[in-house]
Amino acid sequence: MGMIGATLIRAGRRFLSSLPALFGVLVFTFLLMRVLPGDPAVFFASGPNAGKEEIEVIRRQLGLDKPVPEQLAIYLYDVGRGNLGRSMMTGQPVQKDLKERLPASLELTLTALLIALVSAVPLGVAAALRPNSLVDHGVRLFCSLGVCVPTFVSGLLLIYVFYYLLGLAPDPTGRVDIFTTLPPSRTGFLVIDFLLAGDLDGWWAAVRQLMLPAFTMALFVIAPLARITRASMLVSLGSDFVRTARSVGLSRWRIVVTYALRNAILPVITIAGIVFSTMLGANVLVEKVFSWPGVASYALDALLVSDYAPVQGFVLLMASIFVLVNLLVDVLYGIADPRATVA
Amino acid sequence: MSSLDAPSTFRHTIWVLRGNLVTAIAAAGALVLVLVALFGPALVPYDPVASDVPQALQAPSALHWAGTDQLGRDVFSRLVVAARLDLAIAISAVGISFVIGAVIGSLCGYAGGRLDRAVGRFVDVVMAFPLFVLAMAMVAALGNRVENIVIATAIINLPFYIRFARAEVNIRRNLGWVEAARACGDSHVSVVLRFLLPNVLPAMAVQVSLNLGWAILNAAGLSFIGLGVKPPTPEWGIMVAEGARFISTGRWWLVAFPGFALMLAVLCFNLLGDGLRDILDPRMRT
Repeated sequence: MGMIGATLIRAGRRFLSSLPALFGVLVFTFLLMRVLPGDPAVFFASGPNAGKEEIEVIRRQLGLDKPVPEQLAIYLYDVGRGNLGRSMMTGQPVQKDLKERLPASLELTLTALLIALVSAVPLGVAAALRPNSLVDHGVRLFCSLGVCVPTFVSGLLLIYVFYYLLGLAPDPTGRVDIFTTLPPSRTGFLVIDFLLAGDLDGWWAAVRQLMLPAFTMALFVIAPLARITRASMLVSLGSDFVRTARSVGLSRWRIVVTYALRNAILPVITIAGIVFSTMLGANVLVEKVFSWPGVASYALDALLVSDYAPVQGFVLLMASIFVLVNLLVDVLYGIADPRATVA
Repeated sequence: MSSLDAPSTFRHTIWVLRGNLVTAIAAAGALVLVLVALFGPALVPYDPVASDVPQALQAPSALHWAGTDQLGRDVFSRLVVAARLDLAIAISAVGISFVIGAVIGSLCGYAGGRLDRAVGRFVDVVMAFPLFVLAMAMVAALGNRVENIVIATAIINLPFYIRFARAEVNIRRNLGWVEAARACGDSHVSVVLRFLLPNVLPAMAVQVSLNLGWAILNAAGLSFIGLGVKPPTPEWGIMVAEGARFISTGRWWLVAFPGFALMLAVLCFNLLGDGLRDILDPRMRT
């Protein structure tokens, strides 16, 4: 009880302290929009030969004739109500577009994070159990190479191997092929929705489609996670409580997993938060390579045709998710190490 | 150590590198890369932008070592020529953030107070963005040009240098020799620039090497999504982007070779940075 309360207080305090940064993010994206090239009023006008008066009317409608601080206040008010403007590309409100496409991005990113954690932690532990062995050197080599290959290159090479050479993967475009009937959307995560609908063929198709992009993204972040797991496990395996556990004759599994790993996991959680930020950025590249219909490819398409409201909305969304993830990491940290809550 | 003259410093470096084979190889690789960037364009067998359509999409052969692309341009020549642009973007971006970050960071670490808090807020805001997304948005805002890739990469790097310099200066600001410099009548600015900064620079130089690889990846990623560098220009990221269309029909060389070039460049700078850090600060070894 005390622990849960303390964790909640800690989370609340952290949230309050992240508010200035969030406000800064809002102002920053507003300023970005203000310095964007071109006059939005001209874009919204009927055509390139729209008259001066028509543009003037639109400018007044958009509130661009007001002083900048007032525009900022209006912008903050709009964002507060969830109004992010309208996309010229799709003709829909940006928040609607983002909401439709966010599950695709989250499904990809979370699957990738899961794959990365599930492979990186055992790799790091294996390397730490036998320092300077063949395993250790192998893991180190893999890590050094893993951070050097750009995600867009590894994605394309995986397509070459698994789609072109082996024929194991499906056509690497989108979440499902166009002939599949989609399940009713409950969570927005296709892998879960297909299961809920009881459509196993559809589920398998969605999983197959998801694997290549998810592995592409995971490959890039396994390295930092495995490295920190190894370093942290080395410290924890060398400490007194592990020696004591060994001396009382506990099983090896119990010593490594319950005693050493539990104490080594804190830095891994911290790095996982940073890694998540890298992944939100890598999303842009991976979604482009695999024509994944997520928020990043939406923003990218908008960017290339100078449609700025979606870009602004996307940047804001990514920054907010990142702030939330940091908060979550902090709460997890408090649960994993109750001492952190006291301070 | 103070009696080290130039030749013995050189001999000392050789001695250190001998004990760190990987670092030595990485240093040699980085040197080769810089030489290629400087002299490559004069040495390549083909004109990197001249198309030769009958020869389009040829697999690697004795004639075209890395094959040809959809316009029949020689991929190897394009790879070599691209090294200059890729390195130039990365080095200038990291250079800008290094210089600005070192000065701002050490001033903050030395002065503290209101300046320190304001800069700290700015750093927090920048760090609250996923950095690649921020770079993308900035290139969009400033205009789709190569200079703006440099500026965007420099800005997203800046927080690391500011924090690093700030922390390193902060722990030294009240040490005896700083006090002595002040007592001798040096102005605060002079204390920071002439005494504190030189002491912080070696550790920051390691960051530069680690950062270069990251900057190369970042710039290549931006041009891969169509920002900055424009098509006929040879650049590794855009070469991958152009080759991406042909990967599902098995034309691997268009992606694999520029990808390999990127990987090697990043690997060299990363290993060099790791090695330098180990030499400078053995406690940080992982």
